Amino acid sequence: MLHIAILIPFLWAALIPLMRWFSRIHAGWAVLPVPVAIFAYLISQMSQIGSGENIVVEIPWMPDLGINLSFVLDGWSLLFGLLISGIGALVVWYSMFYMGKRTDSIRNFYVYLLLFMGAMLGVVFSDNLMVLYGFWELTSIASFLLIAFWYRRERSRYGALKSMLITVFGGLAMFAGFNLLYAMTGTYSIREIAAQASELVDQPLFLPAMILVLLGAFTKSAQFPFHIWLPDAMEAPTPVSAYLHSATMVKAGLYLVARMSPIFAGATEWFWIVSLTGLVTLTYGSFKAIRQTDLKALLAYSTISQLGLIMSLLGVGSAAAFYTDADQVAWFGLATTAAVFHLINHAVFKGSLFMVVGIVDHETGTRDLRRLGGLMKLMPITSAIALIGSFSMAGLPPFSGFLSKEMFFTAMVHILEFDVLNAGSWMLLLPILAWIASVFTFVYSMILVFKTFGGKLKENTLDKKPHEASAGLLASPILLVSLAIVFAFMPNLLAYNLIDPAVAAIRGGGVDFESVHVSIHFWHGWTPELWMTIGVVLLGTLLYRTYTRFKLLDREWSNRDTLNRLYNGLLSLLENGGRRLTDLYMTGSVRHYLIYILIFFIAALCGTLVFSPDIRLGMDNYAPITFYEVALVVVMLATAAAVPFARSRVNAILFTGAVGYMVTALFLIFRAPDLALTQMIVETVSVVLFLLCFKFLPKLKSTKERPVFKWTNLLVAGGVGVTVTLIALASMGSSPFEPISTYFLNESYKSAGGKNVVNVILVDFRGFDTLFEIMVLGVASLGIFGLIKLGVQTTP
Amino acid sequence: MEWIMAIAVGALFMIGVYLILSKGLLRIILGTSLLTHGVHLLLMTMAGLKRGAAPVLSDGVESYADPLPQALILTSIVISFGITALYFVLAYRAYQTRGTDEIDGYDVED
Repeated sequence: MLHIAILIPFLWAALIPLMRWFSRIHAGWAVLPVPVAIFAYLISQMSQIGSGENIVVEIPWMPDLGINLSFVLDGWSLLFGLLISGIGALVVWYSMFYMGKRTDSIRNFYVYLLLFMGAMLGVVFSDNLMVLYGFWELTSIASFLLIAFWYRRERSRYGALKSMLITVFGGLAMFAGFNLLYAMTGTYSIREIAAQASELVDQPLFLPAMILVLLGAFTKSAQFPFHIWLPDAMEAPTPVSAYLHSATMVKAGLYLVARMSPIFAGATEWFWIVSLTGLVTLTYGSFKAIRQTDLKALLAYSTISQLGLIMSLLGVGSAAAFYTDADQVAWFGLATTAAVFHLINHAVFKGSLFMVVGIVDHETGTRDLRRLGGLMKLMPITSAIALIGSFSMAGLPPFSGFLSKEMFFTAMVHILEFDVLNAGSWMLLLPILAWIASVFTFVYSMILVFKTFGGKLKENTLDKKPHEASAGLLASPILLVSLAIVFAFMPNLLAYNLIDPAVAAIRGGGVDFESVHVSIHFWHGWTPELWMTIGVVLLGTLLYRTYTRFKLLDREWSNRDTLNRLYNGLLSLLENGGRRLTDLYMTGSVRHYLIYILIFFIAALCGTLVFSPDIRLGMDNYAPITFYEVALVVVMLATAAAVPFARSRVNAILFTGAVGYMVTALFLIFRAPDLALTQMIVETVSVVLFLLCFKFLPKLKSTKERPVFKWTNLLVAGGVGVTVTLIALASMGSSPFEPISTYFLNESYKSAGGKNVVNVILVDFRGFDTLFEIMVLGVASLGIFGLIKLGVQTTP
Repeated sequence: MEWIMAIAVGALFMIGVYLILSKGLLRIILGTSLLTHGVHLLLMTMAGLKRGAAPVLSDGVESYADPLPQALILTSIVISFGITALYFVLAYRAYQTRGTDEIDGYDVED
């Protein structure tokens, strides 16, 4: 069943275009059953997972490569499956009222959305790393398509490209990391790799694999400094922002980090990288969120910040892996529980907040905080939803965000007692950063709700007369915020069914659920966490009242966007640099290309000669030197050397011809009569041909002048000459075998009936060569004929 | 003898390459001619220049020159002749249509 749940969205996506035959029905109605059915299926499996029994499906795909479609449903993937299908259903419902039926190309929208849903389910259910990677990239592609849904807008295309580049960069790094894991363990199955985890830590590839996998997770989950794509992805339609860029896809990185925890946790690098990246992202995102004036940008930075929070909790939770004692594991592993709980809470309140922003946008025509205000009376239900969502986000009672924020503080305070790393007072950094970030979180949550709905109505700035949204549009966010309240008052409902199995899955290694169970209460007594929350509220209120007056948030200063400038600069640097580099060496001059080729030739061959020990220059067994040969060689070289100095064409041609005749003479001396004959005829015909064509050449002044002399040409030419000489000597010095010519000499008359051995070789032993050599001549003559007879266009 | 031939082949290569690197089309073609000569002599030399009769069987002769490289060179001579002839006619046509002798004067685009 599990694999069918992944398959259905893809199949459905293929069928959605058929909805154009039912143009009176909104295509969303056809889509809605898919997430609902998957959600129902997953709910029905909950009790089985809750009892500690995982569902495994394995279908062979490429078994020789170790790549199989193996899917596992355990606590952690069940949680994600429920989020994807549950929020997916709500988003589909919401989009039916949000997106117009005719104005938008609505069927494309649902095809992309279903594609994304299937890919995301594939990511969370895959046990095989390669299959996971495949689905992972598919989510990137679906996200790209959805961000650029209004593709006529320049900003949409920019945002889509940016998110594509960054997430695919991370995806490729992750792919490399997966392959390193395969190199170490010989399997792509996550469960099998986790089983070998204890042997991996000391391997040299362990750290590179960890960093590469984390790169993939950090880029997808918009961690610092890869978060820059997320605010630009807000150009997508709001249902997409709510679904992909708050509840599901950006959590794929968190999913991966948690999924890889049984493999990597226990390494101190993992603890530090994951925790600190998370905390930096948390603080930076919450600080940036305060400065935004666009509601969706504020929510984007808030998402970045909250993802950082969960990431840091996952990092801190990995401290449990350093202990074996059950109590201590539970004590330090609390952070993991908090991470899972906050993940659920965030999906709930962020989804509802995005939908609220969509409603505000829909009803007023703007998302600009400076133009909004006083909508409380006109849109009471929407503002109530926003209030609950924001308070939950800020971590205020009595909403579920309060509980997870408390657990977050608890975990960050607990970690001070973590003594394995000998980090000493550095550990204090964690709770302090966490607390500061929570203050900022409080402030932007208040800005979100009170700047939009509180204050006075600025009616003249709005495009439309605002009024309450329709019931259909409100249904999804109402359901979500009521969940935020339900989870707050009955957290253990969630704890037993979802959180405990998920935490056990993250912890790995057959941990039983009882040992990970932490009961979640509203009231802990007067703990440090509570004082921290009170501090957050007090300082946050103060900051919210005064933040406009702070120099800190002065527009000049806050609008500086270094990382985006870096990204744009890097992109144009790559483009311009690439173009300049290409312009530098692709000059269009044949001479330059020849020089590259020849220099490579010289370097490669001389390098081999020098560095290869087996090659030696042979000097023995040479034929004796005779006068005639030497004299011929000298004359030949002298005439050849005269060619470059020839001032006129005729001389150059004649000198070359003379070289040819010297070669003929050398052939004669070296006992090759056939060669001498052929060479002489060929040389004669060539010279005649040259002279014949020369007669028809246009008169050109330059050719009559003394040829230009170039030192670089001489140097390269000299290098080639020396290389060839050395190779000739080396090949004669190191040929270990006897020639096979005795066979030809013995068999020429006996087998072939000819006494001229060269001719017998040409037409009998190796007749094929001759056949094709005749063909070469034929083709050349046809070419010459064509060149002269056809296409006679004269000089323009 | 072989080392003298090796040096001679190197010198032919050097002159040929030098000519190929120049601008005039004619000089480039002549350069390829010289390179061809160099290659043929290299083939000949590398097979060994030991004395023996020409490889035409006759009674009473014990040792012959190696016939195989000779067959290879013969093939090569014919092929390079075909190429050179085509090359030259190509250059001739280029002169006719473009009216210039220098290769770098060509615009790559057209």
